[in-house]
Amino acid sequence: MIKSQRAPALLLAGMAFCLGAQAAELAGMVKTSSGQAVIERGSERLPASIGSQVFVDDKLRTGSDGAVGVTLRDNTLLSAGPNSLIVVDKFAFDSSTLAGRMSVGVRKGTLSVATGKIAKQSPESVDFHTPTSVLGVRGTEFVVEVSGGRDE
Amino acid sequence: MNKPLALLAVLLLAGCASERVVLLPSADGRPSGVVVRDAGGEQVLDQPYAATVRRLGSLRGYQSDAAEVEARYGQTLRAMPQRPVSYTLYFEPGGDKLTAASAAEFANIKRDIAARAAAEIMVIGHTDRVGAAAANDALSAKRAQAVREQLAGEGVPVEKMEVAGRGEREPLVPTADEVDEPRNRRVEISIR
Repeated sequence: MIKSQRAPALLLAGMAFCLGAQAAELAGMVKTSSGQAVIERGSERLPASIGSQVFVDDKLRTGSDGAVGVTLRDNTLLSAGPNSLIVVDKFAFDSSTLAGRMSVGVRKGTLSVATGKIAKQSPESVDFHTPTSVLGVRGTEFVVEVSGGRDE
Repeated sequence: MNKPLALLAVLLLAGCASERVVLLPSADGRPSGVVVRDAGGEQVLDQPYAATVRRLGSLRGYQSDAAEVEARYGQTLRAMPQRPVSYTLYFEPGGDKLTAASAAEFANIKRDIAARAAAEIMVIGHTDRVGAAAANDALSAKRAQAVREQLAGEGVPVEKMEVAGRGEREPLVPTADEVDEPRNRRVEISIR
């Protein structure tokens, strides 16, 4: 009797572990990639290849010959140029209600942005930031450059 | 970090990091804007190529242009993903049969999907307001599935397609209940 109850408990524990490991929300997908481009996820460094998924808290890092383009789930388009470090600090999006929020940081290098559905629905829920500034947007395309920024 | 140290770090950071923001012309030509805020205040960029640059800790506005943007950011802009696009397909009343015009549009959609790297496809079904709401939920899902099957038959991988039915609750053209409105019997295909 005790034995038969243990299996479901273990199963639940296992499920909780899996859920915990996948808790970071899917933010988008890599659509273009050239040269050296990696996704840093915790202590992992993964190649940022076309089709790679991008999660909240991921960092996109490019080398001197690298560039990477990502489409977020709300149709926001991002691209990082060479020698860049971009962080997806927050992203949440409900494709039924179009409600969501996002916050993307440019630590160094260049980021090009074409905002998507969240910015259209609730521009106050969207920000881009650099080490010294915060950018608010209204249905917008722009580039941000940070030189002399930090490396992490 | 204690307060004076944190302040020093911020000052050092502000001293050595330079920044530039350039507003680009919007793809759809609609007015757009960026507000750049820092400890010293804010700058509004609301004209194409309006720019601001930080030097020695303060933001200074200027007018950039296409040539400067290409020289500084050409490589970055060329890495931008292809713009998402959406198609709307319409149905004959009551079922999951496409109108002739919509059936003919399939070739374009297939070509568009094939041309994209790592395409993600969202197929969302809708109905008009003829019939019960619950029946229309089922019908909208059936329409979306029919479109997915047709796309799969054309060689689009099933795992790239997400399907949803929204019933009669998101009409393209709002109507009273039980109105037969062809423009509401549709499936939207969003490709990104």
